[in-house]
Amino acid sequence: MPSNVIQLDFLNSRMLGDLLVFAPEAILIFTIALLLFLRLFPALDRWHLGFVALVANLVALLVSSGQWLSFPFGSASPARDLFSGMIVFDGLSAFSRMLILGASSLTILLTILTKVPDREDSADFYVLLLGGTLGMCLMASAQHFLMVYLAIEMASVPSYVLAGFLKGKRQSSEAALKYVVYGGGASGMLLYGISLLCGPLGTGYLPDVCLSLHTLMQSGGLDAFYWMCIGFILLGLAFKLSLVPMHFWCPDVFEGAAAEVGAFLSIASKGAALALMGRIILLLMGGVPGLSVTNAPAWTHIAPSLSIAVAVIAGVTCTWGNLAAYPQTNLKRFWAYSTIAHAGYLLMPLATLTRDGLAAALLYLVPYLFMNLGVFAIVCFVRNATHREDLAALTGLLKRAPIQAVALAIFIVGLVGLPPFAGFLAKYEVFACLVQQAQLQDRPVLWVLLGIGVVNTVIALGYYGKLLKIALLDAANEPSPLPIPFRQNLYVIALAVFIVVGIFFWDLLTTMGTQFAVGGFQPGP
Amino acid sequence: MWFANVWDELDFWMMSAIILMPLVFALGLIFIPSRRTEFIRWWTLIGTLVTFVLTTFLFIDFLRLTDEQLTNKDRTAQLLPARTDVQLSSYRRAEPVSSRDLIARKAWIGRFHIDYSLGVDGLSMAMLLMSSSIFVLAFLASWKNTKAVRGYCILFLILETGVLGLFLALDFFLFYVFFEAMLVPMYFLIGYWGGPRKEYAAIKFFLYTLLGSILILVAMLALYFVDLRPYYNDLVAKAEGKERFSAEAHRRDAFLGLAGDRYDAGKFTGPVNTFDIIVLSEAAMASAQLNSNIDRLEEQLRDRSEDQGLRDQLVDAEQKKLHWQAMSPQFQLFCFILLFLGFAIKVPIIPLHTWLPDAHVEAPTPISMILAAILLKTGAYGILRIAIPICPWAANQLAWMMGLLGIIAIVYAALVALAQTNLKRLIAYSSISHMGYVLLGIAVWATPESAQYWSWGMKGAVFQMIAHAFTSAGMFYLAGVLYDRIGHYDLNRMGGLTTPMPTWAGLTMVIFFGAMGLPLLCGFIGEFCVLLGTWNFRPDIWPAAGQTFTMIAAGTLVITAAYILWTLQRMLLGHRKDGLALDDLDGREGFIAGVFAVMTVVLGVWPMLVFDWLDPTLTGLVQLLAQVTAR
Repeated sequence: MPSNVIQLDFLNSRMLGDLLVFAPEAILIFTIALLLFLRLFPALDRWHLGFVALVANLVALLVSSGQWLSFPFGSASPARDLFSGMIVFDGLSAFSRMLILGASSLTILLTILTKVPDREDSADFYVLLLGGTLGMCLMASAQHFLMVYLAIEMASVPSYVLAGFLKGKRQSSEAALKYVVYGGGASGMLLYGISLLCGPLGTGYLPDVCLSLHTLMQSGGLDAFYWMCIGFILLGLAFKLSLVPMHFWCPDVFEGAAAEVGAFLSIASKGAALALMGRIILLLMGGVPGLSVTNAPAWTHIAPSLSIAVAVIAGVTCTWGNLAAYPQTNLKRFWAYSTIAHAGYLLMPLATLTRDGLAAALLYLVPYLFMNLGVFAIVCFVRNATHREDLAALTGLLKRAPIQAVALAIFIVGLVGLPPFAGFLAKYEVFACLVQQAQLQDRPVLWVLLGIGVVNTVIALGYYGKLLKIALLDAANEPSPLPIPFRQNLYVIALAVFIVVGIFFWDLLTTMGTQFAVGGFQPGP
Repeated sequence: MWFANVWDELDFWMMSAIILMPLVFALGLIFIPSRRTEFIRWWTLIGTLVTFVLTTFLFIDFLRLTDEQLTNKDRTAQLLPARTDVQLSSYRRAEPVSSRDLIARKAWIGRFHIDYSLGVDGLSMAMLLMSSSIFVLAFLASWKNTKAVRGYCILFLILETGVLGLFLALDFFLFYVFFEAMLVPMYFLIGYWGGPRKEYAAIKFFLYTLLGSILILVAMLALYFVDLRPYYNDLVAKAEGKERFSAEAHRRDAFLGLAGDRYDAGKFTGPVNTFDIIVLSEAAMASAQLNSNIDRLEEQLRDRSEDQGLRDQLVDAEQKKLHWQAMSPQFQLFCFILLFLGFAIKVPIIPLHTWLPDAHVEAPTPISMILAAILLKTGAYGILRIAIPICPWAANQLAWMMGLLGIIAIVYAALVALAQTNLKRLIAYSSISHMGYVLLGIAVWATPESAQYWSWGMKGAVFQMIAHAFTSAGMFYLAGVLYDRIGHYDLNRMGGLTTPMPTWAGLTMVIFFGAMGLPLLCGFIGEFCVLLGTWNFRPDIWPAAGQTFTMIAAGTLVITAAYILWTLQRMLLGHRKDGLALDDLDGREGFIAGVFAVMTVVLGVWPMLVFDWLDPTLTGLVQLLAQVTAR
């Protein structure tokens, strides 16, 4: 046999294997095509296509969970390059994909319950939602700068349209426009950074880029040029994570867009951006095959500055979000600032620049998913019942919709991070990681960051407490019960139950989270 | 069979049942329709009663344990550290664990070595008995509440679970979970069922205590990440050549038992971290003793600088100290300040007390009773159980400051109480003043030679905690009963209440005099013991502190008498200022107030009822801690 045929055979066999690993994304792609195809038939306009999207999402989630179960944790090199290294399958991507698909499934379920895309628009809406999900999954597993950029755009463009999906509302269009303009600027910055970095280094393959950077560091450190590139790339990512100073779109977009979209953006999009940011930071610190971390020059050259930079952004984001939430009167803006604050918490453990830090951030996302989705769901349900979205709409919720009110209390207490609710798990992991690494690495900045996190917990209670008071303690202006269907109550009950019993699954979650973050990366500090 | 298993671990199930019983009853309430208020009330009352009965069973078991070990002449064996050592080493040696030692643990969160670990000693037993009985009385006191009865009862029971779990927990993490679990129910109980400014009071309470508990969280994490390997090496050296059942061998194996399989054959694979309160405090004691040992050697070397043996000892000790950096004095100081501040907010200690008057005044009567009687005690309990034993070196250094803060609280709060015209506010400030005695009694650190004085102070403090629980809850209850009838707390508009309500007036006098510290009533015993201990308090930094404190505190008794007597005068004597027809106590009210009055008298006349079984625990604790100052 001629050698090129053998090579082709080899490629074919690899391709097939790659496609199997890629199955969850492939299912999403197939469903997008299917939805667009179904759109062609006017007869189907009377169907709500949410169930199609939901089933597809759940199947994808099931497949990725199956892949996680068969993932060889703890073996020497479990990471697997797909499609000649464009994307990678490792613990981090497996975990983030499950999280993103989970968030997406729950969001679709929420939209079915609230009927936000009507039947006519449902195909368009779910195409966009699944498209965004696909982009986010790719963000979590991208391993080439080209793929990084493509994935981010793939996640962003559907989000822009989703933000403006309420066509009749001026605010919604304004939100979409703001989102596009800011997002375009941010992605321009990202692209600029990527091209500046990949040009001189001659590759976009992330591990190779990092190896080249390390070689540069060994021969005397990075000059300002490379710092600028890294800075641009991280700032571009910061936009997706809504970190200060790239957060300004968040409240406006959340206010204008439907609350369901806000829920999706605040969880899935942030999870994907966090995974990508974590991956880049860990690779920068030396988590590359073929490079031993213990003598990685990054720890002497860039760790001190990078750690401080991340810590400053995390601390400022957290404080800014919490303080700016105080004067808000619109529920969606209120929660937008709350998610900004939580993005700060998510970033805090990354300031340790370690895998433990990434594991803590990933674990933070799990309860956060349920709590944040829960509060946004309540905003949706109350909006459907009262057609209002201001804080005062919740007045006397305890009398008008007791189940929603109690669930809201559970979510809020979880978001504050009080035991015995699952929110404590998140906060504990973050703080524990900071204390441990502060002692191990002897970095005072981590102690300062811990102090900021602690103070912010108390600051956050101030405005969360305001909402608690409005919803639970104040007497209702109109005592009539809200027309909230039972299935909507069931939805928040299911989310709340997880928050209440989550602490009993702590051991399982924390073991899983550590495995995920460890799998695929070199053992390191 | 599973029930055979239950019998083997009876103490575990017993203590878990005490914690879970209120929670189970709260869950049951969810399925009872909210309109059946009478049934809900009885259900909740039965829940609190069952919990109280279980606590008394545990108490009987505890008395049995005390007796058993007293007859064995092994006085230290019943202390928590010894029992923990034996149990943990039994795990390690794969020997059956005693079900009668009232210590129990199950692994919970493996990655952080967190155990669900419970245990009882005299201190926690006293707190448990006190709280579970006050919960029954407080629920009886809320019988007439008609606002959202089911929600009230659910939160009430969850609060009880938090309190009882806190007093039983021996794992710092578990303790913290219960400590915070009390916050949310309390917030809603004040914020929904409270008085006119309830929301303000509730969020103020929530913010203050959250700040405190976050400080505790930071200290807890810092302590967890201390690597205890040097401590283990110490234990190995001490246990060498000792027989298998010696205390030293037990302690070494206990440490290994705690670590599980990770430290097989002494080969460590990583740092040794734990949340176990007992092990942390033992390690901290070892570190503190090392420090005072070095001080002693240096002092001796100053006189006999040629002594080579001493010099070698000093070099050896300093070598060891190098490995002990993790639990160094500076680190202990850092943790102690965080922990102390965290618990001080709960106690509360001036100037962190401002949440208390608001919360007490705005809370409904039964919740005020629980706040004063139990929640304040959780702060003092935290200082006694965690802050001092885990940071003994720092606690010793700052003992004079704790005493000073106690004195300030005693004097300042008494003066402020004198100026109050709102009855509930007055009682709230008197609470702060009385909790000052608790802090003072705890703070009067002593050397091993004079440890008995400190143990008087300690016993006085704990007795004061119990006595204050009954008097303050009683005072709040009587104030609440009065409010039900006259609709305000304004002392200036009261007067002549003896005539229409003779029973109420009589019980009020007994309980208020009890709070004042009249001999033969319970308040006197605690304060007397504390002052007895305080006189001999001689910190290095301020040798005359003890005498000064005693004189000031004793002098303040006059102010206390002044505001109590003046209050009684304004309420009971003089002429009626309104024409309301007032009923005397009905049966239920009479029963509740009567129990408080009886407890006030009984504890005052027969304090040995408590001291008898409290003494070994506290004396043991004092003897252990006094080693820090051993020269």
